[in-house]
Amino acid sequence: MVRKIIDDIEKSIREIAKKLLEEGKVDLIIGYTKGSIPLRSGPCFITDASQTDMLVWNQSCDLNLAKYLAKNDDRKIGIISKGCVGRAIVHLIVEKQLNKENITIIGIPCEGVLNRAKIMIEIGDKEITEANIEDNKIIIKGKDFDKTLPLQDSINQLCITCHYKIPPISDIIIGDKKPEKPPKDDFKDLNEIESKSSNDKMEYFKKELNRCIRCYACREACPMCYCTLCFVDQNKPVWFGKSADISDNFIFHMIRAFHVAGRCVSCGACSSVCPMGIDLNFITRKLEKIVKERFDFETGINLETPPPMGAYKFDDKQEFMMEED
Amino acid sequence: MTDKSKEKSTKEWKPKIIAFLCNWCSYAGADLAGVSRIQYPPNIRVVRVPCTGRINPFFIIKSLTSGWDGILVSGCHPGDCHYISGNYVARRRFAILRDLMIFLGIEPERLNFTWVSAAEGERFAKVVRKTVENVKSVGPNKIFNKEW
Repeated sequence: MVRKIIDDIEKSIREIAKKLLEEGKVDLIIGYTKGSIPLRSGPCFITDASQTDMLVWNQSCDLNLAKYLAKNDDRKIGIISKGCVGRAIVHLIVEKQLNKENITIIGIPCEGVLNRAKIMIEIGDKEITEANIEDNKIIIKGKDFDKTLPLQDSINQLCITCHYKIPPISDIIIGDKKPEKPPKDDFKDLNEIESKSSNDKMEYFKKELNRCIRCYACREACPMCYCTLCFVDQNKPVWFGKSADISDNFIFHMIRAFHVAGRCVSCGACSSVCPMGIDLNFITRKLEKIVKERFDFETGINLETPPPMGAYKFDDKQEFMMEED
Repeated sequence: MTDKSKEKSTKEWKPKIIAFLCNWCSYAGADLAGVSRIQYPPNIRVVRVPCTGRINPFFIIKSLTSGWDGILVSGCHPGDCHYISGNYVARRRFAILRDLMIFLGIEPERLNFTWVSAAEGERFAKVVRKTVENVKSVGPNKIFNKEW
């Protein structure tokens, strides 16, 4: 059933892309294509209507395609958008990084993508040669092994808590789903880690971040990281070391998180591209919570609200302010 | 470590606190506390910044990861900012940074934020006393075992 819906979406994506290119409404279609290894997908850029069969849609399409939209691009671009891609585009328009006139958002309903890191934990260091995603299970085959995993357990954590299955703003929409007002988020999934003591939290994150090899894949995959010169590449002044030492890693991840606060669309691209399988989703969720609770803001929902870090109010919450006694 | 030597080591330990004070209000407030000869603990080291809005979160994170025991950020009262809105911007930034740092396991007592005007020398002394008290309650900064 689920399989059929996804295949139908893939079929309509190809049809719509073909139609748009043939009619000359767009010069370029950005979509997903098959990756070079199983359970991976890559971006593809199509300018010719005859190539639209390259487009795919399945649960391994975990990249955020908004990353590939450039600021000074005058071409008309059609972009295949699941919920988080659509939100990223809207927020980039709010931050004046993109011109709305040039972009055609082709909205598709998304029921969550896979987190490869979770699957790799299940199967260990073996190489996957073949993978089939069925209704509620994934059948993985490799040299000397064969494994069936339940689909629900391998879905990205952020997709489970995601309330925007389709883009809030789109030009064309596939399927009959309409954007609806999301239910209130209670951030229950954060309770476990938030209730730990400072020391335990620090130990947990140190253990996670210690694995970081500073490849900056998380930065490269993030649609919000568009600075021409990232703070990690600055050498005047050098803010922190380039080693993969824990103190440098900690600074890097903290500043990276701070830079995407109020801008992060919770697409999970950073953790799904991480070669070390570091779970950055916790930090992403926490950012979502901070911004929601402090400034009642959700990223990429409409084109009017200014981003919280670009605005201020006289009566912002200041419960942390030190009182003289 | 015996109880006695533990007691001794905490007695000897004096927190080192880095204070980012805005040029127009808090720095002048600290100056007033000085010329008025108001006594306050000698644990702070002051960094003068043009405005609290000038404070890059890097300053704070870098201070804590390189071994400072606590930080104090102080600026003008709301509405008094020399640059109109610098302190409002700083307040938002600090709020997010503070939440994030607490989430990653830094004790909230190390992160102190307040407003002190140029006329509040007495208040500045109180703020420093409170900050030192806060930082003392959580002990030395052992995040990366670096010492100043």
